Amino acid sequence: MADNETVNEGRRGALKCMAWAGTGVVWGLAGGLPVGLGALDAEAATRAAPATPFTFVQVSDSHIGFAKPVNPDARATFREAVAKIRALPDRPAFIVHTGDVSQLSKDQEFDDADQIIKEAGLPVFHVPGEHDVLDDGAGKAFLARYGKDVDGGARGAGWYSFDHAGVHFVALVNVLNLKAGGLGSLGTEQLAWLKADLHARSASTPIVVLAHIPLWSVYPDWGWGTDDGAQALKLLARFGSVTVLNGHIHQVLQKVEGRVAFHTARSTAFPQPAPGQGPSPGPMKVPAEQLRSVLGVRQVDFVRAGQALAVIDTPLA
Amino acid sequence: MLQQAFASPRALAVALALVLGTGAGAGAALAAIPAAPPATASAPVVTIGNFTFGPMTITVPVGARVTWVNADDVPHTVVAVDNSFRSKPIDSDERFTFTFAKPGVYSYFCSLHPRMVGKVIVKRP
Repeated sequence: MADNETVNEGRRGALKCMAWAGTGVVWGLAGGLPVGLGALDAEAATRAAPATPFTFVQVSDSHIGFAKPVNPDARATFREAVAKIRALPDRPAFIVHTGDVSQLSKDQEFDDADQIIKEAGLPVFHVPGEHDVLDDGAGKAFLARYGKDVDGGARGAGWYSFDHAGVHFVALVNVLNLKAGGLGSLGTEQLAWLKADLHARSASTPIVVLAHIPLWSVYPDWGWGTDDGAQALKLLARFGSVTVLNGHIHQVLQKVEGRVAFHTARSTAFPQPAPGQGPSPGPMKVPAEQLRSVLGVRQVDFVRAGQALAVIDTPLA
Repeated sequence: MLQQAFASPRALAVALALVLGTGAGAGAALAAIPAAPPATASAPVVTIGNFTFGPMTITVPVGARVTWVNADDVPHTVVAVDNSFRSKPIDSDERFTFTFAKPGVYSYFCSLHPRMVGKVIVKRP
């Protein structure tokens, strides 16, 4: 199965109004190495923008504490992912973890995850997954641990934003107060905060959105979407470049809609089936020797305007 | 009023039977799906498998002690829509039990995977 795609013409067209451009999307081949960057957009290349080149890394769904036949030791595979980050030739500015740090929100699981990710020696920004808010306080343990990572602290149930080298990062929480029969949820308080947070930004500011459950409807029958995700996307519509990084579904999927590029990441613990390709979204059993080809990390490169924004998904092996 | 603890001798006998049933099933623990305890009218069992409550709707008499058994590889919860009962995370092969002391229709869902919904209909005998 090839999962190597480049950005389509519609996206290229949308880039014409952008001062800062992301034009290349690269997928790691299953079991192989990342391939070359997508084609550059010549027109966008002529435009200048102040963004400074940097790289960051996304990890997701480490599920520390998971120990089932498909992966008897999720700590070991997370440690391998962190070793891959440490070995990157270009040192990333930071790591983002898009949730399901733990399997059952146990202190020991969070402690172990922290110890492992610390081996990368980089700042880490977290958003919670539904597995991280199973404590009696419905996420208070996660917030106490990770809410203070952020300059100025997190708001509400743990959402926050920060800036790095001209790029505005927004970290959202869509795993709390879920309703029977529903999908992920942001809630009115968070949406009001997001509106205010984005208000002062110019439309040319590159935006990166982090959230655990996909903000777009990947496959609602399996709960792979966010009920009020469209309202968040509406608030983001005026920006020239929006990159949405999600986890939750343990596989690389991509969608480009207008100026918004959506990406879901691999897990470092276990794979899940492609949408609808199985009786349920539960862990997908693969032969032991193939496990590391379906786990992985993601590197995101921001380079100067007109050059590629590359999202590079690399399997562990 | 709904009660989580139920102390009649009959309930204890049923609970003991459940424990014994589990013991027998534990011998085959290498199998991913545990043996379900024997279900009776007053102690029905809902099996959670493939992100589904089975059966999705059950009708039980007042006082029934309903047990949910998680046969999936991921944790689930059992949470009443009206918040009248709420389990802690139920990990693989674990179970949650709740006694329905009052007639009514109880809709519930899994708070981790809210597309998973079920219903307990409690009727006077």
